[in-house]
Amino acid sequence: MKRGFSGPKRGENPGEEADLMDQIAGNIGLLIDYPLVNFKILIDGVMIGALFALAAYGLALVWGVMNVKNLAQGDFVIGGGYVSWWLVKNVGLHPLLGVPAAFVVMALLGGALHGTPIHNWARSQTKAMIWVSSITAVVFVIATYMGEQAGSIAGYAGLILTILLIINGGIYNLVISRVIERDLFTSLLATFGLAIMGAQIMNLLFGSDTQSLDLGYDTLYFADGLIDVPIAKLIGVVMAAALATAVILFMKRSRMGQAIRATAQDARAARVLGIDTEKVYAFTFSLNAAICGAAGAIIVMVWVIQPFYGITYSVRAFVIVTAAGLGNLPGVIAAGLGIGAAEQYGSHIFGIGYQQAIAVMLLLAVLIYRLMQQKRNRQVLQ
Amino acid sequence: MSIIDVSNVSKSYGGVKANSDVSITVEKGGITGLIGPNGSGKTTLFNSIVGYHPIDSGSIKYEGQEISHMQVPEIARLGLLRTFQQTRIYGAMDCVENMLISLPHRKMSLWDTLRSNTAEDRERAGHLLEFVGLYEKRHLRSGSLSFGQQKLLEFAMALMNEPTVLLLDEPTAGINPTLINGLIDRLKRANSEFGITLFIIEHNMRVIMNMADTIYCLAHGELLASGSSDDVQNDQRVIDAYLGAH
Amino acid sequence: MSINKTGLYVAILAFTVAAPFVFPNYGVQLGTLWLMIIVAMTWDMTGGQMGYNSLGNIFFYGTGMYVAAVIAIGLVYDVGEYTGAAGGGRYEFTDAQYFTGFILGTLGAGVFCAITAFIIGYVTFGLRGPYFAIGTLGVAIAAGELVSNWDWVGGGQGITLPVYPGNLDEGKVFIYFAFAITGVLLFIFLNWLYKTRFGAAINAIRDDEEKAEAMGIHTMRYKLVTWAMSAFFVGIVGGISAFQLISFEPLESAYQTINLGIFMVVCVLLGGKGTLWGPIIGAIMFQVFKEVTWNYFLGWQWVALGALIVVTVVYFQDGLMGWLRVTKPEWFGLTIDEKGNEQSQKAASSGEAAQ
Repeated sequence: MKRGFSGPKRGENPGEEADLMDQIAGNIGLLIDYPLVNFKILIDGVMIGALFALAAYGLALVWGVMNVKNLAQGDFVIGGGYVSWWLVKNVGLHPLLGVPAAFVVMALLGGALHGTPIHNWARSQTKAMIWVSSITAVVFVIATYMGEQAGSIAGYAGLILTILLIINGGIYNLVISRVIERDLFTSLLATFGLAIMGAQIMNLLFGSDTQSLDLGYDTLYFADGLIDVPIAKLIGVVMAAALATAVILFMKRSRMGQAIRATAQDARAARVLGIDTEKVYAFTFSLNAAICGAAGAIIVMVWVIQPFYGITYSVRAFVIVTAAGLGNLPGVIAAGLGIGAAEQYGSHIFGIGYQQAIAVMLLLAVLIYRLMQQKRNRQVLQ
Repeated sequence: MSIIDVSNVSKSYGGVKANSDVSITVEKGGITGLIGPNGSGKTTLFNSIVGYHPIDSGSIKYEGQEISHMQVPEIARLGLLRTFQQTRIYGAMDCVENMLISLPHRKMSLWDTLRSNTAEDRERAGHLLEFVGLYEKRHLRSGSLSFGQQKLLEFAMALMNEPTVLLLDEPTAGINPTLINGLIDRLKRANSEFGITLFIIEHNMRVIMNMADTIYCLAHGELLASGSSDDVQNDQRVIDAYLGAH
Repeated sequence: MSINKTGLYVAILAFTVAAPFVFPNYGVQLGTLWLMIIVAMTWDMTGGQMGYNSLGNIFFYGTGMYVAAVIAIGLVYDVGEYTGAAGGGRYEFTDAQYFTGFILGTLGAGVFCAITAFIIGYVTFGLRGPYFAIGTLGVAIAAGELVSNWDWVGGGQGITLPVYPGNLDEGKVFIYFAFAITGVLLFIFLNWLYKTRFGAAINAIRDDEEKAEAMGIHTMRYKLVTWAMSAFFVGIVGGISAFQLISFEPLESAYQTINLGIFMVVCVLLGGKGTLWGPIIGAIMFQVFKEVTWNYFLGWQWVALGALIVVTVVYFQDGLMGWLRVTKPEWFGLTIDEKGNEQSQKAASSGEAAQ
């Protein structure tokens, strides 16, 4: 399987390894000599961090409410990106409208229809559904084999499969709902299987090239061109902030939000009090998928997506949630922004090849810190 | 001679004072009881001793050694063993396996553990199972035993572990009343025959009055009374606490 | 041991020895099958027998590869110069140098990994449940990323080892037997280990660690030793794999977190965790599935594999052995006191009421 991120290829001029320390020192010196560079790095970090924070918030939600540790988080992000990209390229949708479109499509894939009449009808037609989906899947596989001219057939077959998946209650019904009350490792591995499948299906559908959408907006320059801020990125950050605010308000104000918070605290008590926890779980998961999808649609406008980039977002989401803890929304946002900035600084100082390593090392550092904290309380981290 | 010294221990959860300024001593070789109404802080004190949570102030000494900052496994390896209010046994193993797993690992080097269990170990396991009356059920999966039998098994496992001090958290709770007398008898024999110091939390006054040399009574997190069973039994404050007068 | 069982072992051993000669075209696949069996068995030592689900055991595989390579090369040449030349210079290895490098390299890899397991385990075993899985996964990912930035061992381009000094087929048989011998030794070792007090102690940690702690079992010590033993064998097969692949790079062949790192878990789950034979059977099932999909579903193999993982984990987590244990408990010598069970439920509910 291809790795989404690439380390730097080995040095063109051999024997450069001894210069690594010099290089680091030089990079730090640059930061001190030109304080404005710090500012630029911070802005970049905050922009990336805002999107990490969205994926992380979704993860904190499903982790806290359903005790599902979703390793497919990043693939939902990339999936949302491809939804927007496909609609813009094939239907001619405006890229900015791709964000709500990805939100809706990913919500449906995440199981938003669970419990609605159409899903109940699908349940009663299980046998027919299995037949239709197997035939469609076979058509899909054969069509992909036959090459370019069969591409459209494969596309339609894929569309039918997706619709079938959606009215069956989405990924939620087939996999997630069955791991909620199971042990902790189960959800981790099951969603990992989903992540592998998702990445590969996207690879087969859209190819392994990186894709992006160009909004065609200008770039703003500050401080004699030392700091450049593309307007597209600004819009992306504003949209991310708006989405986060909307979700916060929803969780605070709406009845469903209250039901979700109640279920997170004590699912049994919530059930006793008449909350349909099944519905809450399905809703929470589809909300998570929707948030990720919207984040992906923003990412495709400001950076690039690729089928195998998912894991990088999953790793970040886990780092952030582990650092901030569950049910701590301001913490998640702060940690997201912080990690975005730390990564930008790290890759500036050590080189871009260390970016992934820095994120993972941060995760380990956070785990060790929390471990020591727990040890003082004579407890273990579990 | 005292073996556990709890002095001036305080512990609060948020604003609730679960223990405040509690001091007790457990005499070596004796049976010490801890009683008190629900919510009086008995289990909190117990958990502080065995290392489940930190204490706010005070000191807990075991054989003169400060243990209030140690972790659960370290304390257990000193020979201070506890049983749980809700029994904890290895439900998937049979009774003999449960007994063999309880061999005193703290006395073994890594090399000793890389051996199979000896015939003597099995014999001792069988003997102790007989002591608690579970010999006939020794090859049954322990999860399939009744709750009372599981408690007896946990007790046998504790004896197998050759502890110096055994801390029992409500040993008679949930046990069929007809079996309680047998259990009291076995606890007393464990104390006299195996020389194990017992420290018992108990709700049932009749049980504890029958056994303990010294009894401490907690109420609202504070030490209310202490002394021999007669003293405590006749203490008006204890009676009030149990009857709910404040 | 019954005659029946002895017969079974002799038959399996005979097949193991004969396999590369009977199926000469499948030498590599048979070696890989042994590799899968070994990593599955070692994963089960912590995951199945001790209840610590590591996602980072691949760390020892990758580290084993690099340690073996560095030892084999370092015995003869300067490693930095060797990797710096990246095929540019002429570096010859004599037969004796190859085999010394092979033996010292694989064993050294095992020992090095065992020591590393002690050090890393000291931190990670403070973590429980999902944090342990995430923490170990983090270690493996971080190691891969750091090694790919470390030019002394070849950086992202990887490293190239000497080629087997005989003909190609002979080399395949040599590697096959290196894997097979390690596998057989591991099986004998585990067959013994699980019957000792140590085996019982790690099962106790799996079933109820808090109780095990309260009983004074040296939980940390046993966890570290188990992981170190497991790491020792993974390090060795990592070293053998390095000599099999000859040329390898860090992210996709050494620290392949999302390939072999997860496959070993799936193998164990397929066969049934916490059993001696489960990982072996699971590894065979998995390897057959993988070869079939790789040959006949090109392009779809990863989808099929993801589906296999999801289905195994969600619907069939107890694996083949777990399924047999439920349907044929008498095969495992289990007896259940049916009458006592009813009583216990009643007593437990009344006990709860009394609390």
